[in-house]
Amino acid sequence: MLSFIAVLIDGTIYASWLFLVAAGLTVIYGVMRILNMAHGSFYAIGAYAAASAIGWYFSDGTGSAGMSFLLLIGCAIAAGLVVGTLVERGLLRFMYGRDEILMVIITYALLLILEDAMKLIWGVNPYFAYQPYTALGRSTIAGLKVSNYDLALIGVAVVVGLALWGWLERTNLGKILRAVIHDREVASAMGVNVRRMFFLTFIIGTTLGTLAGALTAPSISVVPGIGVEVIVLAFAVVVVGGLGSIEGAAVGALLLGLSRAMAVHFAPQFELFVIYGVMSLVLAIRPQGLFGRTLARKI
Amino acid sequence: MKTNTIKRQLAAGVAALALGAMATAANAADNGKYRVGIVTFLSGPAAGPFGIPSANAAKVIVDGLNKGALPAPYNTKGINGAEIEAVVIDEAGGATKQVEEFRNLVQRQKVDAVVGYISSGDCLAIAPVAEELKALTVFYDCGTSRLFTDNTKPTYTFRTGLDAAVDNIGAVRYLAATKPDVTKIAGIQQNYAWGQDSWTDFTESLAKLMPKAKVVESQMPKVFQGQYGAEISALSVKRPQVVHSSFWGGDMEAFVLQANARGLLDDAVALLTCGESALDRFKDQAPNGTIIGARGPFGAFAPDNELNTWFVKAYTDAYGMAPTYPATKMAHAILGLKAAAEKAGGNNGSVPTAEATAAAFKGATFESVSGTAKMARADGHQAVQPISYGTYKYDPKTGKASIENIITFSGECVTPPDGTTSDAWIKAGFPGAVCN
Amino acid sequence: MRLDKTELALVGLAVLLLLGGMVAPGWLIFLVTIALAKALVVQGVVMQMKAGLVSFGQGLFYCVGGYAVGMGGPFLGISAGLVLLAIGVVAAVGLAMVLGLLLTRYREIFFAMLSLAFSMILYGVLVKSQELGSTDGFNVNNWTLLGQTIAGGETATHVVFLLTVVAAAVVAFLLHRYYRSSVGMTCEAIRENEVRVEYLGLSPRWIQYANYVAAAGVSALGGGLTALAAGHVDPDMAYWTTSGEFIFIALLGGTGSVLAPFLAAIVFSLVRTYAIEFVPHAWQMILGFTLLGIVVFLPKGLWSLFTRHRPEAPVVPAAPQKTSTGGAGA
Repeated sequence: MLSFIAVLIDGTIYASWLFLVAAGLTVIYGVMRILNMAHGSFYAIGAYAAASAIGWYFSDGTGSAGMSFLLLIGCAIAAGLVVGTLVERGLLRFMYGRDEILMVIITYALLLILEDAMKLIWGVNPYFAYQPYTALGRSTIAGLKVSNYDLALIGVAVVVGLALWGWLERTNLGKILRAVIHDREVASAMGVNVRRMFFLTFIIGTTLGTLAGALTAPSISVVPGIGVEVIVLAFAVVVVGGLGSIEGAAVGALLLGLSRAMAVHFAPQFELFVIYGVMSLVLAIRPQGLFGRTLARKI
Repeated sequence: MKTNTIKRQLAAGVAALALGAMATAANAADNGKYRVGIVTFLSGPAAGPFGIPSANAAKVIVDGLNKGALPAPYNTKGINGAEIEAVVIDEAGGATKQVEEFRNLVQRQKVDAVVGYISSGDCLAIAPVAEELKALTVFYDCGTSRLFTDNTKPTYTFRTGLDAAVDNIGAVRYLAATKPDVTKIAGIQQNYAWGQDSWTDFTESLAKLMPKAKVVESQMPKVFQGQYGAEISALSVKRPQVVHSSFWGGDMEAFVLQANARGLLDDAVALLTCGESALDRFKDQAPNGTIIGARGPFGAFAPDNELNTWFVKAYTDAYGMAPTYPATKMAHAILGLKAAAEKAGGNNGSVPTAEATAAAFKGATFESVSGTAKMARADGHQAVQPISYGTYKYDPKTGKASIENIITFSGECVTPPDGTTSDAWIKAGFPGAVCN
Repeated sequence: MRLDKTELALVGLAVLLLLGGMVAPGWLIFLVTIALAKALVVQGVVMQMKAGLVSFGQGLFYCVGGYAVGMGGPFLGISAGLVLLAIGVVAAVGLAMVLGLLLTRYREIFFAMLSLAFSMILYGVLVKSQELGSTDGFNVNNWTLLGQTIAGGETATHVVFLLTVVAAAVVAFLLHRYYRSSVGMTCEAIRENEVRVEYLGLSPRWIQYANYVAAAGVSALGGGLTALAAGHVDPDMAYWTTSGEFIFIALLGGTGSVLAPFLAAIVFSLVRTYAIEFVPHAWQMILGFTLLGIVVFLPKGLWSLFTRHRPEAPVVPAAPQKTSTGGAGA
């Protein structure tokens, strides 16, 4: 019984993390049709930025936990704006209209460049920024000790998901974006500045990536290569959910998160395959992913 | 038409580039210096905890040797009087690429010896190539027990680091000595060869030395996963008293942080075979009493001798922190190479041949930053040294961590005798082990 | 048999390489051997690219080919190098015949991701197999060629080089003919417009299927040769970054000629090895900028430097004519 509760809690926490990581990827794909290989690097940049800021903030031994959360989010947004602007203005805007696969390769090149750029900026030594993680303490749920920070992550994921959904479904800007998603040319003919929409979307996607990294940083040790590790996971989530669909990413994250927690508790030997196994299974049954529709409204 | 000319020029350029690259075939060769290839991780997750400290240590030692600044018996300049020139290469990219880079080092860069390799897969792949090219190669860190069982009859390959089986035999001996009454033991390893082998060695040794202890849970998450929420729950549910882990680097730090925050380490003691590499970073996140090792008498476990005192000071002056175990291991390997090359002799200032150096290295005993090392296994190609474990202690006032309750097990106590594989030795109940 | 220009170039280059192999230093021979072997895997990627599919999991067949060569000795007691290579190809073709049934239903990014997933599943299985050395892999040695034991040493390097050059040349020759055959041309048509191909009464899916299976065999041959040359196999061969490297090389060369992947693989290896030597801390960045430069300035790959006509596609009305006359050749 305890194990079932544990699966539920662990699975949900992991799913929230997966969703945060995948949200930016799916937003960018939905609007821009770019499967962004460099998304993992954005995640890593967010983690590094947050970890170095937290390290600096607590370096003199004082500092309040409350401030550190603001710092985390502030760093993520700042890093997202800077990196997003640089990449979009400096590179991607010259590439629009190219083949979808070619865009994947461009972002793959970007990934290689950013991995080394991070190494040049932050070095290879691990960054440890645990203060926000431990500051919240832990709760006991049915005999299982759970970190409050991890529980808070669930809340953040829900808020981010709802905000994205509300933004797309309930605001004017969201309607314009949906028009772009639906038909780029027609939207353009109707007077929508598609390129501006792309810029905006890319900034938001990037910031979601850095936010996921910044929120993860306190619970891990930030080392080179963490970005590469999350890309395939994020891809799996969005492919399972249906590329470009926010609801899909949420459901995909839950499905993968719970499956993995189940494997860890009841069949640890299958843990290594579970993500790819579920992904293959879903695609075999629904070739477009759970919420993917060929031409219908995406995101 | 204009584009055509440009294109033709570009085409010619590409062709010339390829030909030129082939033609240069590195004329760097014989400049009278002793060229050492240093191969270690400069990128990827192993760079921070292992690769960079190792590369730093190589620099400190090479600079020190070139100045003749080390204490006796290494107070002579360079290697055999020849200045040492280090060529540093990134170990990232997998075994096939490393074989390629190894050939480049030996045949293009004409290095006289190669010191390096952290990944066991790389060591296994390099060893036969080193023999084929007759290139003197010193493996300083990789731990696989298969190194000299897969590559029998080594001539040019040596390993100054210890077999990974030693880590886990030592770990069980430490548990048996300090916590003989524990009954519930769990483990969490990275799901790759290193973690799998460590866990096998550990549990088999446990069965022999602490038959009352039962393994209650074993978790094998993907390597570099970073998030261990579900694994920690699965471990917690079984209420173990000791949690063994061969995690290293960021994974280890993340696991300790999360396990501590989740309360797993309130009731269970963590046993980290690679724990020492994060000694300065754990701070108050690892509970006092956590058992940590350094894969031999390295890093914080290195003995208090003149060489090590010099090394710790030189390293600390250069990099602002004490050397961790990978750094000591690299220094150890280079000193072993120097000892062998000088034993091989030849005129002062000349570079001894690989054959002579290998013959001198075989079965040699040399002084090092980690005490005296004997090349006493695998027909004189594998070093035997003691292994130490101790417990973590953090002083919040000074912000410094230290190790206490250190127990050192002699090499003969934890190393299988020649001709026996570690696996067979453990299963037979350690016949012939001489323990202090 | 009349040879066209590419085929003549192919034969010439192979002879040149073999002659060069007599004088070149060992490291270069090895580098070229590995590059050519990998180029064969890249040929597999290019075959599918020509038909409009990008496989992010070609490492799967590379790995199958490599492991077949490695496991043939200890598990089947076979040491004949050519038989081992053949086993790898057969195994890969068999696997592809099964996976292809599912995979050829997918296009674009879904094909890419699903092929990646299968490759990663093999990676997982191998990591789990402790008897195969898990991630450490194992060494490949004691194989024979035509009854001669190839025990290692300089001769082994040369023998594998010879074998690889010959294999590469033969495969390239066959591929060149294949690309100009009606099936090969249909693959390009499928890439351009699958529906129209269906209207012509052809089945794009089964053509894709045949193409996929053939590509698997070619890639497995590359994997087997790599295993013989490097003397070691490990699960990294199936890891997704390995497949990424193959796509990288494929784009570097372009799909313009059957020679392009070979050129690209050698250039890639040289750029990488010198980048590692001169900027050991930032060699990935060099690769990244190289790739970016190629995509921006030579979207049709390095090969477009060697073609006479402009790299851009011919103007629309001219296109069909051009393809049809090209198809009538040979």
